[in-house]
Amino acid sequence: MGGTLNFSIKTETIKGWRLLSVPFIFSLLLLAAPLTMMFLLSFWTQDYLTLDKTFTLNNYIEAATQPVYRLLFTRSLLISLTATFFTVALAFPMAYFISFHCGERKALWLFLITIPFWTSYLIRMFLWKVILGYNGVLNSFLLWLEMITEPVTFLLYNANAVVLALTHGWAPFAILPIFVSLEKIDRSLLEASKDLGDSPIDQFFRIILPLSAPGVIGAALIIFIPTVGDYITPKLVGGTDGLMIANMIQVQFSKANNAPLAAALSMSSLMIVSFISIVFVLFNKKYLRRY
Amino acid sequence: MSNSGKYLKIFAFSYLVFLYAPSLLLPIFSFNKSQVIAFPLTGFSFQWFETLLYQDSLHQALKNSLIVAISSCILATILGTLASRATTRYDFKGKQVSLTFILAPLILPEIIVGVSLLIVLIQLGITLNVWSVILGHTLLLTPFSIIIMNSAFNNLDISLEEASMDLGENQFGTFYRVILPLVLPGIIASLLIGFTLSLDEFIIAFFLTGTDTTLPVYIWSQFRFPKKLPTTMALGTILLIVSLILLSLSEYFRRRTSRSNNSILEE
Repeated sequence: MGGTLNFSIKTETIKGWRLLSVPFIFSLLLLAAPLTMMFLLSFWTQDYLTLDKTFTLNNYIEAATQPVYRLLFTRSLLISLTATFFTVALAFPMAYFISFHCGERKALWLFLITIPFWTSYLIRMFLWKVILGYNGVLNSFLLWLEMITEPVTFLLYNANAVVLALTHGWAPFAILPIFVSLEKIDRSLLEASKDLGDSPIDQFFRIILPLSAPGVIGAALIIFIPTVGDYITPKLVGGTDGLMIANMIQVQFSKANNAPLAAALSMSSLMIVSFISIVFVLFNKKYLRRY
Repeated sequence: MSNSGKYLKIFAFSYLVFLYAPSLLLPIFSFNKSQVIAFPLTGFSFQWFETLLYQDSLHQALKNSLIVAISSCILATILGTLASRATTRYDFKGKQVSLTFILAPLILPEIIVGVSLLIVLIQLGITLNVWSVILGHTLLLTPFSIIIMNSAFNNLDISLEEASMDLGENQFGTFYRVILPLVLPGIIASLLIGFTLSLDEFIIAFFLTGTDTTLPVYIWSQFRFPKKLPTTMALGTILLIVSLILLSLSEYFRRRTSRSNNSILEE
């Protein structure tokens, strides 16, 4: 009996790996190898076109001490965290509305929410520039309504514009996971707590919010991690005050011809993002256990 | 309850307006006569769509994008189907870790994926062309394919497979004649979604494209010329309509997987 069990585990492993090996090796070659290469490169030095392969921490020291990089790291994190907060804060009531108030029309609402995001990300972000610009849609519209006498300039080319565009661009990535976690809540729990005298506000804070926490945490991570490294949005609507770390990585890589520094900046942002994400998850695990 | 429900409804509709505002501008200004993107509108015109017909660099970019999108959605669907079949059907050591690793591009900042791939290609002295973009896109699309194929394979009844083996089909025959037809709608959905995502992808293409510009890289280069804005809006409108059609089709096929499998179980 033990023999056949062992045998079947063995064949499952062989059969499983026979299928999985192809995509796994592909990812090793196209993801693990490049990331390792980038990691190595970040300890080297580039002098115009020649690469000096002696180990040095200079790139990381530069990334950590030069004011411009520190500014870009802090700004990227701040913009991304603010955008994540607003996206989740707006998405939650929307997801709640669909899950608890839409009844038969849930699928229709989910469909309605996803349609605008079938425009390419690039064009959507560009449209924000068209909306917020000096001669843009919003200014011309307000002038036409005679609500303002001359175009306002504070709308575009700053960090707020980046936050606004990101809050719009990543909305479905927050609404959908939160909706899924709200759908999983057993409705009889709400009835029971109501019978036992909980007010709707009690119900929200003691049942709905804690039980939907996995969706909220998931949504926050799905938005926070990629937006820290967003290139398109800050480049289009950020101006000089809204540029982020990805724009600097691209400049170092192409125009400044300093690939090792670009690699060090990439690795640093990856480490910072991972660190914040892990702390965030650990913090919330503790928070969840109280219930 | 009804009062708070009313406020929620008002919020939901205003939020929907916010979500739709930018995309609605695309059709509005692509049919607007004026070269300036601003209110008030000046009249209806097809001229911006007409100018699209005479731009050779656009046609070349479209051709490159189609080559990239078709190749990478096929490659990613093959890889995604293999990974999904392995992990939904068999239980083995290292499964979760390797799957998580393959899914990583889903959440990694794209600039990091793009830069690291570019570093390797430059070190190996490989010339950048459509193939480097195809490889990058395949890496990016495989996780999406896995997610779609997972739901197709999870809906599959294992007893159908066992029955086929009992009736004398070998493993290949069982896969080809029983499993493949059942997960085919999933495969089509994965191809369509992969195609759409690749057609829209900018960052990886921007880094790896070399001289073979793809459509989004072409659009990016057009953003610098204010005079070309309405034409770009017209192009965006066409792309939106194409995406709408492709994704509706994929949604139709994705739903068919669960329905067809359920109906077999009911019989």
